[in-house]
Amino acid sequence: MKTRYSFGGDEHVYVEIDEEMSLDAFFVALSLRNAVAEAKIPCVTEICPSNASFEVRFDPDVIAPDEIMARIKDLEHKAEAGEKRIDTRIIEIPVYFQDPWTHETLMRFRERHQDPSGSDLDYAARINGYDSVAAFIEAYHSNPWFVSMVGFVAGLPFLYQLVERERQIEVPKYLRPRTDTPKHTIGHGGAFGCIYSVRGAGGYQMFGITPVTIYDPTQSVSYLRDFMVFFNPGDIVKWKPVDRAEFDRIEAGIKAGTWAPRIAPVTFDLTEFNADVAGSNAKLMEALNGV
Amino acid sequence: MAFEVIKPGLSTTIQDLGRPGYFHLGIPEGGAMDRAAFRIANMLVGNDEGAAGLETTFMAPELKFDADTLVAVAGADMPVKVDGAPREVWTSFLVKAGQTLSFGFLKSGARAYIAFAGGIDTPAALGSRSTYPIGALGGFEGRAVKAGDVVPVGKPSGALVERALDKALLASLPKPVELRVLTGLYWHRLTEACQERFFADEWTVAPEADRMGYRFRGGHPMEFVPREQPFGAGSDPSNIVDGCYSYGSIQVPGGQEPIVLHRDAVSGGGYFTLGAVISADMDLIGQLQPNTKVRFVNVTMDEALKVRAERKDRLARIRASLG
Repeated sequence: MKTRYSFGGDEHVYVEIDEEMSLDAFFVALSLRNAVAEAKIPCVTEICPSNASFEVRFDPDVIAPDEIMARIKDLEHKAEAGEKRIDTRIIEIPVYFQDPWTHETLMRFRERHQDPSGSDLDYAARINGYDSVAAFIEAYHSNPWFVSMVGFVAGLPFLYQLVERERQIEVPKYLRPRTDTPKHTIGHGGAFGCIYSVRGAGGYQMFGITPVTIYDPTQSVSYLRDFMVFFNPGDIVKWKPVDRAEFDRIEAGIKAGTWAPRIAPVTFDLTEFNADVAGSNAKLMEALNGV
Repeated sequence: MAFEVIKPGLSTTIQDLGRPGYFHLGIPEGGAMDRAAFRIANMLVGNDEGAAGLETTFMAPELKFDADTLVAVAGADMPVKVDGAPREVWTSFLVKAGQTLSFGFLKSGARAYIAFAGGIDTPAALGSRSTYPIGALGGFEGRAVKAGDVVPVGKPSGALVERALDKALLASLPKPVELRVLTGLYWHRLTEACQERFFADEWTVAPEADRMGYRFRGGHPMEFVPREQPFGAGSDPSNIVDGCYSYGSIQVPGGQEPIVLHRDAVSGGGYFTLGAVISADMDLIGQLQPNTKVRFVNVTMDEALKVRAERKDRLARIRASLG
């Protein structure tokens, strides 16, 4: 890992912890980001964390750009020594894989895809070395995912699967982005999964759809009354495959205010995870299944 | 007091000075694209500079008023009419109950700001009345205004006094338009020859130019320093591991056409960025029409800060002149 600092125009400092994605880079970014927040540097107006980098917005009328850059650099050693452990939560998100809506959409934009002859799932399963779509879907939901970034558009989580690097699922984005993606599509691009929080353009491969509302500007959904965005970086997600009947039941339950996602508080320890992936994941699942 | 939207124009939205603080969740700051023009419109009607008004895009709306009010128009230049009688841009004027405010075709610029004494009084969302259409947030039901919408306006804080701006106080526009850029971020991904070409080329504003970003075409495609793509980045040389984007940052998806992110920016993604347009030139982008010729100009941080200070001083002089 080699940390790189740059200005983004005259109002931002961009800090890239590593060029490549890893949970180690994410944790260094997270603790450096936290150290910057705790330092309460005057006129830092916002700090945006992402997968292996973060960005600080500042007011150059109040603090000189070189000074804020120097102050962030001073915090770097502190972040590297920081504890790689967070108190967070694990959330079960039901997914209807191979649903009719993303299927209709992927057929509509087939000419923008690497392999127009099959579906996005056919393609992803094949290039990741799975014998069947069923085996691919099994790998996709059997281990939990880590929310490494929230953004792009309102409340959209990027997810990184909690497995060894050689088991990470990687797919390219569409050759040309689609102009349409159904709301709540489960997408995948590079090594990242995502949930499209709103309907709109997108370039990720589409695998399924969740009935779970994750962004609600009207704040009428029962579990979004306190805040309109559901996810935070550091959340852990476990997909649960559901069929059409279950999908419809959950969707109706959310409308009626009677359904909310299953959530359990957990501690995630990166050192523990790196030493024993299966054991660490089993502990997370135990917490979720205990709810 | 309220006004009714008779004709909506092309993407007319309620805006103010934005909702900072939620970009880390993907909700952009938003607010008027041309902040200076927006502030001046509010000064002209005696409002707080952050009071909500309308931002028009290329084609302005037609509005009918249910009570006497003071209105100002600033920004893009176009004929302004009250019941057909001409009024001036960069002035405020009284509109009587029952009268209609309408506009002719755009003469220059892209976005006009309409301020109303008292300010638009729709409910604020996350501390702002700005419209963020993708997130259906703020503004009028989270969308651009439509014919038939009745938009509430607050109580004016003082007397309704007509004012006019001394236009000599406005910044003059260089031609061709120059957008000053501070290089950085992933600038090192480009070859030296490509870096030089980026600033030497003449670019043209593409039709895909909106509040999220302005796309430019006509210059050479990017040429990347060869490398093995880092894990998680994706296979295209223009890809990076998804990171944060900043307002003004310049991305070039697929190395083809640069996009400058603006007030409704996406907050992150997997394309490299080569630097950012300086904060003082962001307003200007909001006034560019498609097909406008543009040059990017390489500046240092010191120059960027100097221009930023000049812009602030100019606004202070305008504020003093209208105060």
